[in-house]
Amino acid sequence: MTRQRNDNVGIIGTARPAPELEVWQALNIALDRAMERDSGVFILGEDVGLFGGSYRVTQGLYAKYGEWRVRDTPISENSFVGIGVGAALAGGRPVVEIMTINFALLAMDSIINMAAKLRYMSGGQLQVPLVIRVPGGVAKQLGAQHSQRLEHTLVNVPGLRVVAPATPQDSYWQLSQAIVADDPIIVLEHELLYFAKGPFDPGAAPLPMHAAAVRREGRDVTLIAWHRMVALAMEAAAQLSTRGIDVEIIDLRSLRPIDLPLLRESVRKTRHAIVVEEDCRFGGVGAEIAATLGEVAHSDLASPVRRLAASDVPTPYNAELERASIPGTKSIIQAVEELTGPRTD
Amino acid sequence: MQRKLARQFFYDMTLARQFEQAAADQYMQGNIGGFLHLYPGEEAVAVGSLHAAEPGDYVVSTYREHVHAMVWGVSPSAVMAELFGRATGCSGGYGGSMHLYDVSRRFLGGYAIVGETFAIAAGVGYWLHLNDSTQIVLCYFGDGAANQGTFHETLNMAALWKLPVLFICENNHYQIGTEIHRHSAVPDIYRHASAYGIDGRHVDGMDVVAVHEATRAAVQHVRSGNGPYLIECETYRYRGHSMADSGAYRSALELAELRARDPLEIFRERALGQGWLNEADCQEVEKTVEGVVAEAVRFAAESPQPTDLGKDVYSEPLDLYGGRP
Ligand SMILES: Cc1ncc(C[n+]2csc(CCOP(=O)(O)OP(=O)(O)O)c2C)c(N)n1
Ligand SMILES: [Mg+2]
Repeated sequence: MTRQRNDNVGIIGTARPAPELEVWQALNIALDRAMERDSGVFILGEDVGLFGGSYRVTQGLYAKYGEWRVRDTPISENSFVGIGVGAALAGGRPVVEIMTINFALLAMDSIINMAAKLRYMSGGQLQVPLVIRVPGGVAKQLGAQHSQRLEHTLVNVPGLRVVAPATPQDSYWQLSQAIVADDPIIVLEHELLYFAKGPFDPGAAPLPMHAAAVRREGRDVTLIAWHRMVALAMEAAAQLSTRGIDVEIIDLRSLRPIDLPLLRESVRKTRHAIVVEEDCRFGGVGAEIAATLGEVAHSDLASPVRRLAASDVPTPYNAELERASIPGTKSIIQAVEELTGPRTD
Repeated sequence: MQRKLARQFFYDMTLARQFEQAAADQYMQGNIGGFLHLYPGEEAVAVGSLHAAEPGDYVVSTYREHVHAMVWGVSPSAVMAELFGRATGCSGGYGGSMHLYDVSRRFLGGYAIVGETFAIAAGVGYWLHLNDSTQIVLCYFGDGAANQGTFHETLNMAALWKLPVLFICENNHYQIGTEIHRHSAVPDIYRHASAYGIDGRHVDGMDVVAVHEATRAAVQHVRSGNGPYLIECETYRYRGHSMADSGAYRSALELAELRARDPLEIFRERALGQGWLNEADCQEVEKTVEGVVAEAVRFAAESPQPTDLGKDVYSEPLDLYGGRP
């Protein structure tokens, strides 16, 4: 096997990290560094090798690390995720890419019945240090079978951890942290965020993997969001501020576990909260947050926690309908105003 | 055949037979809960094949795996204690009959979803190959599991990447109550191997020596870097699918015919005839095993219950609402 060094690789090989990067590049750097540090880290997935990954995330790694550490697989989701589980049991640190979350449904046996349960069922003898990276979310007119969000399914599984980075910096941090952790971790990536730019400093002290982050401080209402909804909430907040409404925005970052202390701290100040989620409303992460805040922060809340979520429909193809099926800046503004009343002062 | 190996075969098959009978008794007494799948009739498969592997190899099995665990070195007491759900069980009481593990021996289960063993074994094999190891993986599965997508998906990948996995089919002719001609268009399971360019063969799974020899050759093939191999062991289970099944869908004639080929009886006669063992040897083994099984039951019954509900869900205690860190 020839392992040629390829300096033409995405951003790998550039002497100095750029101050601004796109999400895919940050993920790429995280993988490269993890593979450089630990020869037990290897990648499995469809078109992750020669092709470089559907969203470029593994670009250049095949040339650098060879086919055994960057393995193109056949279209056999349940079995190649299962291979990841088996390799993790034997001592490896596989990072499996499932091309999109929609196809992860075929791998649920490996994820839920195996990866999540083996440590417990074996009385703590086995460990499954497996990372599963999955693009998902509503992108652009991909139709109902290619637009799913499965947060609600994954966060309900004891044994799994689920993180959802939205920025290049978080993508780098959380993927790096997931790879060194000893549990099966699902890294949800959003298809519309891969080419989003943001500040990137690989040397900065990382936030803990499961911490939420305040993206905007405000006094009047807390918006709790993750993935693409964070950016929409930020846009809404900018517009609302011109009308005198001061919104606080929390990027949840981790969906299991959730950073309840930070959420509590925020609602203690704002006394109102809205969860903005791209996943369907029924039985989702928003429901969990709303119920829990209702239980533990009841006295701090001036109104019940509200949920602004996707409509409970399969995602339509038509662009207008598709847009209408998930929260947008407008509906976020509307939801906030319903809560606070438009300010004129 | 060496006397030592003959004694080992006889010991292990006797242990398998007596242990499973004791498990059935304990189940009837209410000391074992849940699903309990027993192995009588199939002993020659696990015993013959596992003794052809090296202690450094890995074993992945199904929910019908008590005997595989014991032959691979897990003590009968630790297995029985696991069936009782006790803290001294080989999975600490958290796994049960279908989820036996012993990491120190590379015994990796114990999978209760039909068809899961394939990818686990291939994953271990991938890791071994990546590390240029000479260890191999033994992967057990039933005739019914050969209809699961994971069988075909994994055979393809294992062949494509030449993974060191030996697939061993325990063809007992039934997928619960559905006989193989009613569940498989190609009831010769070994023939599936050729679809993926893998070598495969059929062997009489009631004959421990035949299983052993076939497996030795297959192990050699796999260990030498030739990629996977598939052995189909044709066997039979005497009892129902699990303790919840009387097996009423089978004719008395069918059962009688297969019982006439009892792997334990056949081997005993052969070993006596060939002079590998004498009658006194056999009786000594039977007596020893009786003691071992009785001790396993006593140990299990007297062992403490596990008490920590929340341990080992994660690598560290994780408060789902604590968030940080
Ligand atoms: C995916 C899945 N489907 C169904 C079952 C229920 N089930 C348990 S064992 C079994 C039959 C399996 O037959 P086979 O693979 O021949 O193994 P055997 O029990 O004969 O050893 C079935 C259908 C299951 N456990 N998993
Ligand atoms: Mg069967």
